[in-house]
Amino acid sequence: MNSKPASSLERVKESVMRILRTREIPVATAFVVLVAVTAFVNPRFLAPQSVKDLMLNATIIAILAAGQSIVIISRNVDLSVGSMLGISGFAVGTLFVAFPEIPIPLVFVSGIVIGAVLGAANGFLVAIIKVPSLVITLGTLYVFRGINNAWAGGTEYFSGQRPKEFGDLSVETIYGLPIITIMALVVIVSMGIFLSRARSGRDYYAIGSDPAAAELFGIPVAKRVFFAFVLSGALAGLAGVLWASRFSSVGARTGLGVELDVVAAVVVGGVAIFGGSGTVIGASIGALLLTTITSSLTAVQVDKFWQQAVVGVLIISAIVIDRVSALRAARKRKGERSNV
Amino acid sequence: MSNSKVEVVNENKLDKGSFFAKAWERVNKRDLFLLLALFGVIILNSISIPNFSSITTVGFLLMDVIPILLLALTTALIIISAEIDLSIASIVGLSAATIGSIIQRGDDMLIAAGAALLVGLIAGAFNGFLVAYVGLPSLAATIGTLALYRGLALVVIGDASVGNFPEEWTSFVQGRSELTGIPFVIPVVIVMIVWAIIVLHASPLGRGLYALGYSKEAAKFVGVNVEWTKFVLFVASGLMASIAGLYWVLRYGSARSDSAAGLELTVIAAVLLGGVSIFGGRGTIPGVVVSVMLIAVVTYGFRLQRISDVILVIITGLLLIASVVGPNIYQKIREKLDSSSRNKKASSVQ
Repeated sequence: MNSKPASSLERVKESVMRILRTREIPVATAFVVLVAVTAFVNPRFLAPQSVKDLMLNATIIAILAAGQSIVIISRNVDLSVGSMLGISGFAVGTLFVAFPEIPIPLVFVSGIVIGAVLGAANGFLVAIIKVPSLVITLGTLYVFRGINNAWAGGTEYFSGQRPKEFGDLSVETIYGLPIITIMALVVIVSMGIFLSRARSGRDYYAIGSDPAAAELFGIPVAKRVFFAFVLSGALAGLAGVLWASRFSSVGARTGLGVELDVVAAVVVGGVAIFGGSGTVIGASIGALLLTTITSSLTAVQVDKFWQQAVVGVLIISAIVIDRVSALRAARKRKGERSNV
Repeated sequence: MSNSKVEVVNENKLDKGSFFAKAWERVNKRDLFLLLALFGVIILNSISIPNFSSITTVGFLLMDVIPILLLALTTALIIISAEIDLSIASIVGLSAATIGSIIQRGDDMLIAAGAALLVGLIAGAFNGFLVAYVGLPSLAATIGTLALYRGLALVVIGDASVGNFPEEWTSFVQGRSELTGIPFVIPVVIVMIVWAIIVLHASPLGRGLYALGYSKEAAKFVGVNVEWTKFVLFVASGLMASIAGLYWVLRYGSARSDSAAGLELTVIAAVLLGGVSIFGGRGTIPGVVVSVMLIAVVTYGFRLQRISDVILVIITGLLLIASVVGPNIYQKIREKLDSSSRNKKASSVQ
């Protein structure tokens, strides 16, 4: 695009400005300020155990947010993630009870495959039959949850019914990072690289900006969108496995209602709800911010009944800030164009 | 994405013969299909389930369907104008919590009810302000207020559960005719349905909503005040949610901060099943009302057969998916047939 030659100083300035303009900056700043203020009021907030809990709390939502962001960037939405997570989590419990000696990697593969198959059902209906994703995934939210209910009934599997090594994944740390958090980081970073560097990854932005133009341009829209839903399902499956490792029980209600938290995290992380812009890293920081704020409010002894209201205010402010900066950018672009 | 919007609302009926043909033209075929399905399910249930056709069924079915029905009316108006309001169930919870806390202090029920409606009005106005005047996408903004209003409900009432509402209020809301089983509040609900039908199908505002759903620019061009219309819509939605909240506490005899949690998706599912397009511009109130009743009758029937409640959500989901996938496949087949017949008569112009 930028064909005219620029001096190296200008180029440096431009790249600095570009970094400052990235969508992750506001949410990352908010996170840093939040942690700093909380730690100032209550230094115990940064005690090793507390930090570990913060990371564990963010892990599952961050993985779901990574999957959700690729779907939203392509101008779709996946509301069924909580239900897919539930089925995968219950499957893990069932596997451990049926085959107590089952190797843990196999459990991971099973959870991910289950999620991917469910996601493929979403993807097929959205990308091939071409029905709006909001409607379809609202439908599969109910269908998958119903399947989970029918399968689980009143049964719940508790942590005692799982091998200790599996539960240890969310207890043991490497260099201070819980093992399941490291897995989440690997997922988020590789997805971030895929979306920003790979050609097929960049396609999602084109699809989200203008699906019809993307089609004309020769991008295999249906194939890409299908893959986005499969990926979102697979990550929800992974999240289900991690849920089973982290929490003491899995049953019919596991992951109920988590979908709106995930969409909120993605939106707070600067992914535009109508697609075409945003990053996986931003969405993950959004998840981190939303899960940390509850712990922060507890740490600074805000009445627990106020916590959810504060989360609501945070989500709204994030969207407002996003809107204001988008308007300002649009005005500036208009100004530049009239100068030429 | 939405080739359905190209459909022009039947305008070529000028030279179509008789009055009946014209009337038939105006009947929405999809609504008719849903209505037939509703009658079919009622008849099937009456034959196959021993206790289905009874006064008790009529009473409990209607009493449980009322909050969803009320919320579906305004939600339909909002989705037809291509917006969405995810915060309705939280407003139900917030107004329930408001009523609970005022009753807990020993104040009069009338004050509590008034305060609840005021809360709904303000909550709706805030949504409307964010969407219409700040220009936020409603999907994102109302996820935020969903969390905010539910959070405020917690602030107002904490984890308390307030009961003991005045007898005369609860007995009116829970009362049913002994002869037919129809709840006493049904006339009020019918008035609201008629209001929604008039607003959408027989008023300039309603035509404006369809126009908004088709295209914002076009709506502006034909003189719709886009911002104001959207603002009013969200206020109406908030007010309706607080009416549903008032009903909720009196019907179930308790006000809690988590009243009606998660109900927003049930309502939206019913509205979409009723033929309202998620992209806006298409849908009718009768269709939505029939669809709410259809889901209620199907679930009630299964419940009488001791099929667990939690499994029943599958039905809501499958109905919803079928309602969008069915017409899509039907249209695709038709297009294929059309194009092959068009190839034969090369003269046809679209």
